[in-house]
Amino acid sequence: MSIAASLFDGTLVRLGPIDHEKDPETVSRWTHDAGFMRMMYTDPMRPQAPWQVKKKLEELEKSIEENRNQFHFRIRSRTDDRLLGFAELYWISWVNGTGLVRLGIGDPADWRKGYGRETLSLLLRYAFRELNLYRLTALIPEYNLPARALFASFGFLEEIRRRQALERDCRTWDLLQFGLLADEWKETQK
Amino acid sequence: MNENLLRGSLVRLTREEPEVLARLESQWSSDSEYSRLLDWDPARRFSIKTTQKWIEKQYENDDSYSFAIRILADDRVIGGIGLDGIRWTHGDTFVGIGIGDRDLWGKGYGTDAMKIILRYAFTELNLRRVTLDVFEYNQRGVKSYEKAGFVYEGRERGQILREGRRWDVLYMGILREDWIKLEQQKGTL
Repeated sequence: MSIAASLFDGTLVRLGPIDHEKDPETVSRWTHDAGFMRMMYTDPMRPQAPWQVKKKLEELEKSIEENRNQFHFRIRSRTDDRLLGFAELYWISWVNGTGLVRLGIGDPADWRKGYGRETLSLLLRYAFRELNLYRLTALIPEYNLPARALFASFGFLEEIRRRQALERDCRTWDLLQFGLLADEWKETQK
Repeated sequence: MNENLLRGSLVRLTREEPEVLARLESQWSSDSEYSRLLDWDPARRFSIKTTQKWIEKQYENDDSYSFAIRILADDRVIGGIGLDGIRWTHGDTFVGIGIGDRDLWGKGYGTDAMKIILRYAFTELNLRRVTLDVFEYNQRGVKSYEKAGFVYEGRERGQILREGRRWDVLYMGILREDWIKLEQQKGTL
């Protein structure tokens, strides 16, 4: 791969910055969708007004600037620039060369279209080729089958099972931790 | 009703004046191995003032359950233990512990403190499980946690880079239902 190869552009999606004017409206809609929120977050699902989202996004950008251990992208469609989701590398430990990864496609109508797959492939290249990380971790609830399948297909290994660490719908679920080493990712690039 | 919730057989859990604790913490972390057992961030020296502010902030946080560990026999403060990152809706939390004076390592004080905080987590905070992580090079820690009832749940491969090599981070957990069974077997519940 050469220096000229784009880190941010795929064929379907583009990794872009936060748009503080346009994004809050769309993100607010996502926060009203329990299906999406419970797949993405372990905090209680709770809808947010666009105004709240706007404030949260500003806080996020401030914390990125202060802590310098997080990279946050908005996933946009290459055809119409529509906001599809978000992708993130966070809790990066520079000394150890490690970090966490997560991504979400907000609208269920946009699922199963290959957006998540292409985003993850861009994100991994960014993590290993630009940030020079040694390993990545993904925390995934047991019930998030699409995420488990997606990360496993990129070579992520199930490393840890925090038994019954989650309680939802009157039953408990394990919290799974997946890991991928740079060397393992490199093998998949051949 | 258990009226001695924070008292074990060797130690008890207390809260100390931040200033006193900051001085002790500063002394303990002059031993770099202590810092390296506690954290994968680089071992470093913080001023007493910074440490004190950090402890005060922690004490002001209603969601922080951190304690000092005091030896029953001579009332010395020897370390700290705390629940961190409690997720109330799921009933899960992380626990962390450190014994400051290396002469007191391997004498059962940490295990006793861990047993106390598990009882506190399960019977006072009504949590459902407690999680911890421990570094591959801390086998004394692993043995202590096993004694307290923790079970191995997996390993984060190569998470730590120290002394020119990679080390795994081990994860352990204990469920309230399993803790209750252990306590009933011992006749202590």
